[in-house]
Amino acid sequence: MSLLERESPGVFMTPDNIRSRKLPWVINLGIAVGALILAAAVVLGLGIGNWVLVIVVGVVFYLAGLFAAATRVEGRRSARNRLWQTLIYGACVLAILPLASVVWTLVSKGAARLDGDFFGSSMNNIGARDPNGGAYHAIIGTLEQVGIATLMAVPLGVLGAIYLVEYGRGKFALTVRFFVDVMTGIPSIVAGLFILAFWVLIVSPWFNNGTPRFSGFAASLALTVLMLPTIVRSTEEMLRLVPGPLREGAYALGVPQWKTIVKVVLPTALPGIVTGVMLAVARAAGETAPVLLVAGGAAAINFDPFAGNQSSLALYVYGQAGDASRYAPDRAWTAALTLVALVLILTIAAKLLARRNRLT
Amino acid sequence: MAKRIEASNVSSYYGSFKAIDSISMTVEPKTITALIGPSGCGKSTFLRSINRMHEVLPNARIEGRLTIDDQNIYDADVDVTAVRRMIGMVFQRPNPFPTMSIYENVVAGLKLNGVRKKSLLDDAAEKSLKSANLWDEVKDRLARPGAGLSGGQQQRLCIARTIAVQPQVVLMDEPCSALDPISTLAIEDLMFKLKDQFTIIIVTHNMQQAARVSDKTGFFSIDKTGEPGRLIEYDDTQKIFSNPAEKKTEDYITGRFG
Amino acid sequence: MGDYPSRSASTDAGGSSVTARHARSAGSGVSPIPPDDLDGMRPPLGGGGALPRKARFSMETGFRALSTAAGGMVLVIIVAIAIFLISKAVPALRANTENFLTYKAWFPNDAEPKFGIAALAFGTVLTSVIALIVAVPIALGIALFLSHYAPKRLANPLGFIIDLLAAVPSVVFGLWGRDVFRVPVEDFSVWLNKYFSWLPIFGGDGPFGRSILLGSLVLAIMVLPIVTSLSREVFQQTPLMNEEAALALGATKWEMIRTAVVPYGKPGVIAAVMLGLGRALGETIALALTLGIVFNISFNLIESGGNSIAANIANTFGEANATGRGALIASGLVLFAITLVVNMAARAIIYRRREFRDSAA
Repeated sequence: MSLLERESPGVFMTPDNIRSRKLPWVINLGIAVGALILAAAVVLGLGIGNWVLVIVVGVVFYLAGLFAAATRVEGRRSARNRLWQTLIYGACVLAILPLASVVWTLVSKGAARLDGDFFGSSMNNIGARDPNGGAYHAIIGTLEQVGIATLMAVPLGVLGAIYLVEYGRGKFALTVRFFVDVMTGIPSIVAGLFILAFWVLIVSPWFNNGTPRFSGFAASLALTVLMLPTIVRSTEEMLRLVPGPLREGAYALGVPQWKTIVKVVLPTALPGIVTGVMLAVARAAGETAPVLLVAGGAAAINFDPFAGNQSSLALYVYGQAGDASRYAPDRAWTAALTLVALVLILTIAAKLLARRNRLT
Repeated sequence: MAKRIEASNVSSYYGSFKAIDSISMTVEPKTITALIGPSGCGKSTFLRSINRMHEVLPNARIEGRLTIDDQNIYDADVDVTAVRRMIGMVFQRPNPFPTMSIYENVVAGLKLNGVRKKSLLDDAAEKSLKSANLWDEVKDRLARPGAGLSGGQQQRLCIARTIAVQPQVVLMDEPCSALDPISTLAIEDLMFKLKDQFTIIIVTHNMQQAARVSDKTGFFSIDKTGEPGRLIEYDDTQKIFSNPAEKKTEDYITGRFG
Repeated sequence: MGDYPSRSASTDAGGSSVTARHARSAGSGVSPIPPDDLDGMRPPLGGGGALPRKARFSMETGFRALSTAAGGMVLVIIVAIAIFLISKAVPALRANTENFLTYKAWFPNDAEPKFGIAALAFGTVLTSVIALIVAVPIALGIALFLSHYAPKRLANPLGFIIDLLAAVPSVVFGLWGRDVFRVPVEDFSVWLNKYFSWLPIFGGDGPFGRSILLGSLVLAIMVLPIVTSLSREVFQQTPLMNEEAALALGATKWEMIRTAVVPYGKPGVIAAVMLGLGRALGETIALALTLGIVFNISFNLIESGGNSIAANIANTFGEANATGRGALIASGLVLFAITLVVNMAARAIIYRRREFRDSAA
């Protein structure tokens, strides 16, 4: 017998018996049921809680019982394996509950105002006792603000990524990349504060006879600041995935670098770039804080993003959430449902596109 | 201590794809058996079915009997982890745990089995590393990362890790294919040494290696791609390499194919 | 080679008539120029004479300049942010009659501005930390489930759904938190207070509505998808051969995960957690809707109260005068600094991990 076997007789280093009993699933079920009943007896009997506590205590009893039974039947290692497996499965169940609740609430409460009036009218002249009113102006606002932001952020971001991947060498490129990383961490409200300080308070008075002016365009600027680092990084990743030999083949034919980028590299990476852009757009559409600070919020329809206050869908939800009118919650939820639908459609489309066109 | 392995008509399936067909062979205790044959003919699949590692891939299934000293390891009430404790495996590419030191790597299996006492672990680590011919090279740096060793040393570390839990059988899946010739020779010497304690089965592409180290050799082959692998001939190594009974074996040995 | 008549247009075999015929049959756009045509400025194909000169201003330099400028814009924006925010913050800070870092209340619009971020910073950090404490174990459990326990057919759709949840806007979570989730949390707070009020975090007399507990839990739900997806990716990258090594030693599934998967993934998980922390710290609207908005420093989680830097900005900017705005901007700068540190630490870990992994491979 080896030293190990002598000193640790409980440790079967060379098990002659490879058989072991397994815990039958019936017992497992029995333990679960028993635990629940016991928990109900304890909790409800002592009057210390309601059915939620029964379930929580029941789960604790079940885990303890399962561990004890499995140790008896299968051994400690197998029991521990079962315990962790149950905990891991339990984590999923625990997370599903609130997320399902969010989805359910969105759909059930959001259906309240899914009517033409909601999508066709604004909050102009809608008083606290008016049940009407809609989000048309907010939807216009979101579309315009996000659209303008995309028009600004995409060329800037894609060109910046091209610089980092194709031309950038040395300290300058490293600094740029570092600051792109810094930009990804900017909280959205800080971006809003920046545009407030810069555009609204300092620049816009030049165009407005000395008074600061909120506008949808200001929101677009803030959204651009938020979208830019995401677009740069995802474009950079996509460009790097384009195989070197593809570029080299073009160079070997005498094609200048800029043409290689425009005609070979970009088209190859395009699906991935589009995916990154769509994800950035989805994020921008959902932003409330920057719009809150610089777009002014408006009740009426305003098609001009450069002049006058504008609202956005996210801001509308926030506004209605804080509104005391008893018709406001319905509006808030329907607007929330619309916003989520918009964001999810963009995100799903982006991910499906990414799946179909994987370069790796 | 080392055990006899007996396979009777073992066939292995992944889903509906049959990987090996009706393999039957007996491996005597304290011998080295080599499995040779061209790529893709089921040698590794058969080897992995001996310690039930093929079950790591989804939809894996076995037909037939595979017994260790007359215990069928595929019976319904058999504990897989016990089988794997009894039958160790060394893989093609050395795979020490990258976040662990040399010492921790060697005792990893022991710790899993609940051995906690430091004196026991130290003792076992020293014995295994000595058995693996690695002790002298690492005894001063046991706390260094396992991944910092050379390829040959890493493989010997993996062997030390495998034998530290005192298995009955050691399976080796092309243990030298990722190593240079010097390390390969070192591992082959090691195999002779380990033969005294364990039953060893090794899969190898290197026919000369099989001829050098093994007592018995099994030759696997397939008819064509998509067909399951078969055991064409199984006999003493001497006989396989000098006077094989099957023509296919002879063709392979002499290099006419494969 | 001498057997074959040379067809090259550059030799004299066949003379110029052959060349002309070749020109016609070679397809449009190809015009072999006779080697002695020096009237045109173009050099002969194959480069008979001197190499062409590089043009001073071409598309190439233009394009390169354009993309460099775009890269430089990033620097310009960051510098602008720093300049404008600091320039707006400093006057307000100067006008402050209290210590910005230690004062708890917020009255920057008064004739004698008094404001401090003590309570705000405390609330920001406390809610984020609690959110992570709640979210991380659950996120890791889900990540392990998706990477090692769930069958592929379930894991991929489920992972997809979790990625989608990361995209849901925060205002939706805030609205749900305030209108729906508040009720069970309030009941829970009452229960905690009934049986555990001897613990200061669960003490007090109520009311127990919008509180740090509610805000933190909503934040936890928001941070969960990010930490889950990143951790799942990390766990999936565990080298199969290390997992097999553990299994071959006779490890159970959980022991294999403990031996091969978790140690390998630790740095990645830490980075994921820090990125989640960064998001939690910067969250505005969800907290504005779910916190009680009270300016004090207290570890009591269940009483109505709690405030954060971002929520304060959202709530008070409407009525702020110039000094008030400056004060808010100053608090935003502090928030930016905190999130910057956290994000940089996360990136440092990721880069270091990548190097280690690539060098060990």
